[in-house]
Amino acid sequence: MNYRIDIGLEVHVQLKTRSKMFCGCEVRVGAEPNTLVCPVCLGYPGAMPSMNGEAVRLTVRTGLMIGSTIDGFSKFDRKSYFYPDMPKNYQISQYDRPLCDGGAVLIGDGGVAKTVRIRRIHLEEDVAKNTHFAAASGVDFNRAGTPLMEIVTQPDMHSPEEAFAFLLALKQILQYADVSHCNLEEGNIRCDVNCSVRPEGQEALGTKTEHKNLNTFKGVLNALKVESERQIAVLNRGGKILQETRRWDADTGETAAMRSKEDAHDYRYFPEPDLMPVVLAPAEIEAWRAALPEMPAVRRARLVRDYGIPDYDAGVLVADKAVGDYFEAAAKLAPNAKLVSNWMMTEMLRLLGETERDIRTVPITPAALAALVCLTESRTINSNTAKDIFAELFEQGGDPEAIVRQRGLGQVSDASAIGMIVDEAIAENIKVFDDYRNGKVAAAKFIIGQVMKKSKGKADPQLVMKLLDARVAGG
Amino acid sequence: MSEKQAQTGGIDVRYVANLARLALTEEEIATFQGQLSQIVEYVQAIDRLDVTGIEPTSHALPRYNVFRADEVRPSLDRDTVLRNAPSSRDGQFIVPKIVE
Amino acid sequence: MKLNLSTLTVSDALAHMASGDFKSIDLVEALGAAIAVRDGELGAYVSVDLAGARAEAEAADRARAAGKAGRLCGIPIAIKDVLNVRGQPCTCASKILDGYVAPYDATAIARLRAEGAVFLGRTNMDEFAMGGSTENSAIKRTRNPRALDRVPGGSSGGSAAAVAGGLALAALGTDTGGSIRQPAAFCGCVGLKPSYGRVSRYGLTAFASSLDQIGPMTRTVRDAALLQEVLSGADPMDATCVETPVPPYAAQLTEDLRGMTLGVPAEYVVEGMDPAVAQAVQHAVERCRDLGARIVEVKLPHTMFAIATYYIIGTAEASANLARFDGVRYGLRATGATDPLDMYKRTRAAGFGPEVKRRIILGTYVLSSGYHDAYYLKAQKVRTLIRRDFEQAFASCDALLTPCTPTPAFRMGEKTQDPLQMYLGDIFTVTANLAGICGLSVPCGVAPGGLPIGLQILGPAMKEENILRVGHAYEVARGDQWLG
Repeated sequence: MNYRIDIGLEVHVQLKTRSKMFCGCEVRVGAEPNTLVCPVCLGYPGAMPSMNGEAVRLTVRTGLMIGSTIDGFSKFDRKSYFYPDMPKNYQISQYDRPLCDGGAVLIGDGGVAKTVRIRRIHLEEDVAKNTHFAAASGVDFNRAGTPLMEIVTQPDMHSPEEAFAFLLALKQILQYADVSHCNLEEGNIRCDVNCSVRPEGQEALGTKTEHKNLNTFKGVLNALKVESERQIAVLNRGGKILQETRRWDADTGETAAMRSKEDAHDYRYFPEPDLMPVVLAPAEIEAWRAALPEMPAVRRARLVRDYGIPDYDAGVLVADKAVGDYFEAAAKLAPNAKLVSNWMMTEMLRLLGETERDIRTVPITPAALAALVCLTESRTINSNTAKDIFAELFEQGGDPEAIVRQRGLGQVSDASAIGMIVDEAIAENIKVFDDYRNGKVAAAKFIIGQVMKKSKGKADPQLVMKLLDARVAGG
Repeated sequence: MSEKQAQTGGIDVRYVANLARLALTEEEIATFQGQLSQIVEYVQAIDRLDVTGIEPTSHALPRYNVFRADEVRPSLDRDTVLRNAPSSRDGQFIVPKIVE
Repeated sequence: MKLNLSTLTVSDALAHMASGDFKSIDLVEALGAAIAVRDGELGAYVSVDLAGARAEAEAADRARAAGKAGRLCGIPIAIKDVLNVRGQPCTCASKILDGYVAPYDATAIARLRAEGAVFLGRTNMDEFAMGGSTENSAIKRTRNPRALDRVPGGSSGGSAAAVAGGLALAALGTDTGGSIRQPAAFCGCVGLKPSYGRVSRYGLTAFASSLDQIGPMTRTVRDAALLQEVLSGADPMDATCVETPVPPYAAQLTEDLRGMTLGVPAEYVVEGMDPAVAQAVQHAVERCRDLGARIVEVKLPHTMFAIATYYIIGTAEASANLARFDGVRYGLRATGATDPLDMYKRTRAAGFGPEVKRRIILGTYVLSSGYHDAYYLKAQKVRTLIRRDFEQAFASCDALLTPCTPTPAFRMGEKTQDPLQMYLGDIFTVTANLAGICGLSVPCGVAPGGLPIGLQILGPAMKEENILRVGHAYEVARGDQWLG
């Protein structure tokens, strides 16, 4: 039997604010445990939340990016459950009046575009971090209270690959909106994954299972592959899927049911009495809408138009906002945007991939890349030298013009100096020269190679060719 | 909702105490079951009122958009925080092992 | 000069200290001595920090000498043990906060501190402010200073007993359903429950967040006005606290009530009411008429649903507010637990007393799946109706006059086995919390046996000046016969 897979995601995104959602403690990863805490985020007796307006703005901004309805009235609710990472044993979240309703994200590049509908986006507070020791667990509340935006999709993805593509597209939007650092290693984006399967043709969705807190997109992809196959196998054996929370183990590549809870969740939501509702005026929402950044697709078209680069290149460059930003910064300073794009598409992306570095922190600056392009464009250096310099700049930074000057790497374009070397090479290889003169075109390559060798690579190959032809013509 | 609650429409103290993370003795359960059944019956008085079309009041005063600027304020000193902890080690609060 | 601690008012003490008759340190020493003599019997205080109070008194005396006296400079104030004071325990009269030391000041405390107040000690209360007799304290019993076999009321029973018993000039209490006004009535002192949002709740260990307020308990209405001026005002740490300007309450007090219209609600007469209470309140109403007020009858038709509404909303909020007491970050942790769930259950079983457990269970129940709409949501709608009752009444009245409690103070132990009977005693006070309005309790007579009776004056939200004015004019006309 053929099965259809239905996947829905709940994506938790830590927002890019300086301070926490409901208190003034700093949001920072890597601090000593329990040093970014106060009575509010520790759930002390008497402490009360005060709402970070920037977190509200960033959430609404995200909603506007994906076409959510912002209806103006929103409120916060308490969601009760006991867990050691929960300072108050209730989480301040949003139940029935989230900040953003609906919306959609387009996935699939160029060819077949597909829409994943967004159910809602709400704002809540992150929980603490637990560490497990041999006989006990430790709790660090530094993360507790970090503004966390939860984006809930409809079950519109029908393969693990679609879910993966959705996450990439969403991350791209979040980067463009500049609402999150989007650093997966630091847990800025974490997913709860709901998956079910149903026989082809069946209307109703199958029984779903949930995997919580997956913090890599690859993890989501792999967990979904394994889980959807598991569910299909269970159904094929005539078994039943249990609605349960399962755990993905990236090391073994298996999913397993978690120890079942004693009682079903009963979150006992009720309006947070300590926080007043948010009522956004239409004028304010419109002002925020007007301040939205360019969406990736719009930027792609603009790069083609403004910089004269191919559509394919533009698509690659806008995929990551930071890469696009880098390109534009360099292209503005360089004489030839296409050459900048070539460097980005080849050397830059290759080295970024190999070294797993972030373009925002690489030592080579957009200005240095532009200068390098100038040097090749003016034929001061040849392409091999340029590649070497790029690699060096990528690792250590610096000014390409200074490097060329200091090491005397400049291409020699002085006809008389090169002429002497050409004559020397002809003299040493008179038979090959004769072959060339007699029409053996390939023979020129050898002579040119000899000239390049003698000039330690600095001769301008085009000039060498010109001079060699002059010798042939001259007699 | 527990099965007992669903059947009787009344309070099942044993079930609710578990939701509230309270370990009660059998004696407490018996006492509370009696007292709370009486109280629940009393508060059901509001059933008699027709509240069709009435908006709920969750805040005693109408106020909106009370925001704080996104500014960092000093956190507490960790020693002060951990002195209050029943158990701590290496800067962390220690709890019995969490089994997932 | 000789200090008469049982009658000395805050305003008189300020005048005496200003003219050099005595110093704050003298007051603190005298109160310390009185506490040593009498509090063993009364049990008003959970803890007394005499060393800290002396240091604060001396600092206040220096500030006064330097011409930098704040509005409450050198006034010793007793603090209900539910408010966080930096460096001090805050037990909430519960075992579950064993060992907890507050690392911060509640905003109300910071405001008093900024005006030079001296913190004498922490007063007893019903555990987590849940109760009307202070018998739910896990720490000690508090007796009514007017009749030692009677309860002082609750939950701010320790604060009322300290003020009425001559062990503090003033105290802070908190009021979620009458917990300032009822003990004030039982002990024969003045208690003001401010409008919701008038005083910051930051640092007040929450019982029911949409109902709680902090307020002063004093010997005179003028003193309540003085303290309220300091306590009122917006706070960035409490989103429910409003910016409405704070009038100079004390300066606006008058000795007549000309031009005021006072309502008497027909519904505030209940079965089982003590005739002495009805009579005393009736006399008070007549006296207000004599002072120039126009008296009208008003209707508050949803009053009969108030107790049910209050106990649903109050316990629902409490069930969440008290979830944080889990043995992880502070306070008690039960030993022998094998996993966190087990630890929670054991810790909370060992740390909470029976009334707190009852209310947590009730609150959890009314919010739980399948019951939320029938209880919690419905109660919130009834709350709207109760609010409307008051809005309509205040459309034609400046304040309302009612009894504060159906009976005077009852005997210790009399109601401990019957929680519902205890709850029903809150009938006249819970409505103010549900509606978010302000209320004042002023002594208006005594029942046989010398038991004080309280007149409750209710005012519109953010109109504390109305009820303080009525209370003060009435109090002056009444004279000192029930004080001291």
